[in-house]
Amino acid sequence: MNAGLVIATLLTLAVSTCDQMRHQPRYDYAEPSKLFADGTSLQAPPDGTIARDDPTWQAALTDRPPMTAALLARGRERFGIYCAVCHDLAGYGQGIVPSRGFPHPPSYHIDRLRNAPSSYLVDVITHGHGAMYSYADRVSPADRWAIAAYIRALQLSQDAPAASLTDDERAKLDGGGK
Amino acid sequence: MPQIFTASADTRLRTAALLLVAVFVVSLLFTAGFMNSTYLTSVGWVVTQPVPFSHEHHVGGLGLDCRYCHASVEVSAQASLPATHVCMTCHSQIWTGAPVLAPVRASLADNKPLHWQRVARLPDYVYFNHSIHISRGVPCVECHGRVDRMPLLARAKPFTMEFCLDCHRDPGPHLRPRDQVTRMDWSGWHEDPQFARKQLQAFGIQPDKLTNCYICHR
Repeated sequence: MNAGLVIATLLTLAVSTCDQMRHQPRYDYAEPSKLFADGTSLQAPPDGTIARDDPTWQAALTDRPPMTAALLARGRERFGIYCAVCHDLAGYGQGIVPSRGFPHPPSYHIDRLRNAPSSYLVDVITHGHGAMYSYADRVSPADRWAIAAYIRALQLSQDAPAASLTDDERAKLDGGGK
Repeated sequence: MPQIFTASADTRLRTAALLLVAVFVVSLLFTAGFMNSTYLTSVGWVVTQPVPFSHEHHVGGLGLDCRYCHASVEVSAQASLPATHVCMTCHSQIWTGAPVLAPVRASLADNKPLHWQRVARLPDYVYFNHSIHISRGVPCVECHGRVDRMPLLARAKPFTMEFCLDCHRDPGPHLRPRDQVTRMDWSGWHEDPQFARKQLQAFGIQPDKLTNCYICHR
């Protein structure tokens, strides 16, 4: 009698640990698959395939959006996520990753980059430059313009002529700036 | 006429009955404990990965934002695992000869994805979308725990229905400002005691609707 009860309890346990539709016959994100040579269900679309929203996506790359506070705020956030690790928060190229051995990126505060058009910055984010990989897979075209806009703001922050400031702003500067 | 029952029969019957009840209660307790055990919920069990990637080093040490690698978390149901290309953004220059990164280099060279093992997974009958949680201010740490303290990643929360419902019934205290969702150590909840109420109001979050079956099972 007792043995039967123990067996019944064990059976109940065994059933309770059954699959219960936890795994349904469909692929989850990036689930392995024996169907494809590279072993993943996450297949790249065939070359030349265009998604429905690709033209809109790409159009954002050609047209520079108007400069707004919202664009700068977005750029600041994205810059903090993707750029500051190398370029540092002020854009001097002294981020934490270069401090661990990555080649130092150039400072944004050099004449070559001050004079470069924003489209150049967007192009570098899109295609990479030197040791910097492309960030096209992580930063959307619209966000690339936002980052470029924020880099412009960073450059201005380090290179604004004191004469262009209002009296109030100059009063806030210790020693009056340069 | 001989006696049918021996002198000890009554004691035996009582002992057997008592044992029966004891076994029943113990097995119930065991089942309940087992269902909540980390053996079933996987909490704290490190999963063996092809590369011993350390969130502690990359998040805690270097201060990488979660979105640097899990780039689609704000716009998609999936947080997404980074492509090998993302690892190589830095490791094409740093630790280039490290034996521990050999599978990453091989993955790039052969154009074959790394076979990462899923740590945070939900049953197939659960619908979950990362982007809506992020956009409403549910921080990563709320479900994934302090990954910046995990040299090797393990599940931090049980991911049971009870765990999901605890938050869906009373989401307010779990929310944060949108720009603080990826912070691991944020503790500014108390700056604005009305924050939770304002957040619920601003996003039109109705906790009584959040517990509808179709919210998670569709």
